[in-house]
Amino acid sequence: MTAGSVRIGGGSRFFNGAVLRFVARRLLQALIVMLMVMTANFVLIKLAPGDIVDVLTGSSDMTAEQIASLRQEYGLDQPVIVQFVKYFARLAQFDLGYSNQFHDTVLNIILGRLPTTLLLVAFSVILSIVIGTVMGVAAARSAGKLVDSAISALVLLFYATPVFIVAIVMILCFSVWLGWLPTSGLYSVGAGHTGFAYIKDVAAHLVMPVVALCTFYTAIYSRLARATMLETMHLDFVRTARAKGLSERRVIYGHALRNALLPIVTMAGLQVSSLIGGAVLIETVFGLPGMGRTAFDAIFTRDTNLLLGVMFIASLAVVVVSLVVDFLYALLDPRVELK
Amino acid sequence: MNGAVDKLKLFLRRPSGVLGIAILVAVTAMALTAGHFFPDGPTRMVARPLLWPGQQAGLLLGTDRMGSDILAGIMYGARASLLVGLSAAAVSIVVGTLVGAVSGYYRGWADDVLMRITDAVQTIPSFLAAVVIVGVVGASLTSVIISISIVSWPMIARLVRAEFLRLRNFDFVHACRIIGMSDARIILTQILPNCLSSIVVASSVLVATAIIVEAGLSFLGLGDPNVVSWGSMIGSGRTVLRAGWYITVIPAAFVVVTVLSINLIGDALNDALNPRLRER
Amino acid sequence: MLSTLGCASGDPVTGAPAPLLDVEDLSISVRRGVPLVEGVSFSIGAGEAVAVVGESGCGKSLTSLAIMGLLPGNLQRNATGRILLEGEDLSAKSPREMQDVRGNRVAMIFQDPLTSLNPVMTIGAQIMEVLEAHRDIDRAAATARTIELLDLVRIPDPQERMHAYPHQLSGGMRQRVVIAMAMACEPQLIIADEPTTALDVTIQAQILNLLVELRRKSNLSLMLITHDLGVVCRVAERMIVMYAGSVVEAGEVSAILDGARHPYTAGLMAARPHGSFKRTGQRLVDIPGTVPPPTSRPKGCLFEPRCPRAQEKCRAVRPDLAADGAGHAFRCHFPIGQGEAHA
Repeated sequence: MTAGSVRIGGGSRFFNGAVLRFVARRLLQALIVMLMVMTANFVLIKLAPGDIVDVLTGSSDMTAEQIASLRQEYGLDQPVIVQFVKYFARLAQFDLGYSNQFHDTVLNIILGRLPTTLLLVAFSVILSIVIGTVMGVAAARSAGKLVDSAISALVLLFYATPVFIVAIVMILCFSVWLGWLPTSGLYSVGAGHTGFAYIKDVAAHLVMPVVALCTFYTAIYSRLARATMLETMHLDFVRTARAKGLSERRVIYGHALRNALLPIVTMAGLQVSSLIGGAVLIETVFGLPGMGRTAFDAIFTRDTNLLLGVMFIASLAVVVVSLVVDFLYALLDPRVELK
Repeated sequence: MNGAVDKLKLFLRRPSGVLGIAILVAVTAMALTAGHFFPDGPTRMVARPLLWPGQQAGLLLGTDRMGSDILAGIMYGARASLLVGLSAAAVSIVVGTLVGAVSGYYRGWADDVLMRITDAVQTIPSFLAAVVIVGVVGASLTSVIISISIVSWPMIARLVRAEFLRLRNFDFVHACRIIGMSDARIILTQILPNCLSSIVVASSVLVATAIIVEAGLSFLGLGDPNVVSWGSMIGSGRTVLRAGWYITVIPAAFVVVTVLSINLIGDALNDALNPRLRER
Repeated sequence: MLSTLGCASGDPVTGAPAPLLDVEDLSISVRRGVPLVEGVSFSIGAGEAVAVVGESGCGKSLTSLAIMGLLPGNLQRNATGRILLEGEDLSAKSPREMQDVRGNRVAMIFQDPLTSLNPVMTIGAQIMEVLEAHRDIDRAAATARTIELLDLVRIPDPQERMHAYPHQLSGGMRQRVVIAMAMACEPQLIIADEPTTALDVTIQAQILNLLVELRRKSNLSLMLITHDLGVVCRVAERMIVMYAGSVVEAGEVSAILDGARHPYTAGLMAARPHGSFKRTGQRLVDIPGTVPPPTSRPKGCLFEPRCPRAQEKCRAVRPDLAADGAGHAFRCHFPIGQGEAHA
């Protein structure tokens, strides 16, 4: 493998002024998107019953004076545009308000729930890309044969099954009938596991959520990988690789797949947003203490503030991930000039 | 449309597309005849709760934990699914086409502003956004349709914009401009008809997604509380998964089969309408 | 007087010893009755350059892919005949054994240097890959050899350039990289499939000169596939003219260009925009009609529908490949006589 020389070649592209300009430009775009999201938040607050202070304080046990001073602070007597600017200023400092249900700031609550969601989403992204690509490559290599048809049928089924239905069917099979896996929570409460036993416990709790969340996205990547592999395998440089006397493995994985991965990376960046949305459902079904579950709880306690906080942080996460994916793509594809 | 018959033939050559149509017609028939077969609605208690399918004559799919006929729920649920799916798709197509057409035709600052808005909407995790909108505004059939439309239109907007960017430089469009045709007329009568096949294919994805999102929302209890839908049946059956898994699995199967049929139709449409991409 | 010729039988044309490559009766078909290549036989001696000429779709590229063992699966299954490299039958080798031949003993240069290089790998990595596949060589030695190869094909700053990606090089430079890749394991035979067609005219000359020079330096054999007769007379000693999947004329380049015996070859020469080897007329002549598709080839002579000299016999009987005394072979019932070729 000649990864070393690739890295040298790649490296020289990445330590120059172009990088700064690239990052600056993408950050500006991200900022604009976040401003839009903040606007959406504000509009939703205005749509919610009650005014902004009702929302911010929840069904509060604050004193009347405290509420009055908050009203003043938010300038509810002032024009909408002033309220808008003040709200922005607070959000920009990550002041997402206070939740009376949890007796904590919204930011703290979300930060406490973030790791679970990240764990779930990260495992699902990786697993769906890996399995999807493997399935897609296998289908492409046996295009038109039985393996291809079998994979295509499976993909069709995965593609049509909402993640929460997969989750429920899995609970039915693996918990209700077989009794293999726990149905809810992130770890066994009261078991007091430590060290390796704790990791094993968490893993057992995460298997079904991750697999359930994966299925739909596995189908997407599998379809994409099959199509791009079929396309790539007919390209001239793959023929060149064969003409060089490389092994079939090397031709498929070193040359064809390496190029076919590029659209998969792009797709992964586009799907992260949707995947985080799916995590809301999965966390709710499996009772995982993550952001999605928090949003769900917030609806039923009418904690609009917490709800919007989750939306804000989730959107921020998507923005950050797409920045990372753009950069990763530029690393993988030398033709992308960072400009 | 030119060669419409040929395209229909191309479509019908795909057995999977025909199967999709057949399933969708059956589901539509169930939705339309629900009121005829079950004039009292889906929630009336008809028998003992938790009767398994076939356990009692006349109750083909059994009863749920409230003693309601599951078949009635399925048929009324088909109504909710199709209504939400089609309405949300229609709203998304109208909004998305409008945004995409203006962006792609006029370009410039209008394009910039509209595309940044599109970016932002696509950034917010769509199911989460739908949950938040329904949560803030309150659950009703209308709010569910609106929330799904709000998160779905960007896909159509991007597609239509790309088509407009491609088509606006074609000679026939220049010719129309030279003879002084108004922008609105060029957009509606010249460019838009050329994007129709892409929009038709994409709308099948929209309908399928809308049905999935609706099922998810009502599964979480965020659907219209006065409407029985497949999602809400799955949600309520979940609590008695051990005692009667069929209560959950039957509506789940209907969701999957319906979405599958729409996907099959979409794939066949894609093959028939976009022959360029047939190998994919 | 004319005798049927197995063009391959220890061909005395060049006086070369036992041939390096011997293609015997190669046929490739899509399915029964739809032949793409029919009964092609020829040989290439050690150190010899042979040009294969014909219009696109005449089967010359398929023939080269067959030698490389790179035919698509469905065609591979329907390929018959023998391909001998130094007496070893390549068509009998397993896929694994063919890997050791490709890039090692026989290398190939393709038409478009942009698409034939992997866009996401540095050119150095792509050259080293060949060395690592066929030689027991460590990284430092492979790097050194890569630099040497880039230098050999006249790429300036090889130490620097080996870290470049294909898109950072010009078309001519890319084709030099492809040639370096082909030369990496010092093959006995290089098959060049239209190596200059995708390049600018000025670059074409440079690449051709490079090929000629490398061939002299390393005494390698060259099979040059082209439709450009100008290229043929600059590079090759012997040429094979193919039409609709068959060899229609074969012999020394000078002999054929001086006096083509097959009407198709004569037509090809007349169709050249500027007859640089012999000025004939001012008007550009073309061959009327098109190559018959493999699904409906004539029963008689393949060229008969387009041939100005066709007679009743041509429609009925397909001619055999026959040679005159000097090893100039042609497949025609009524060959053009000496001196008549450019009339």
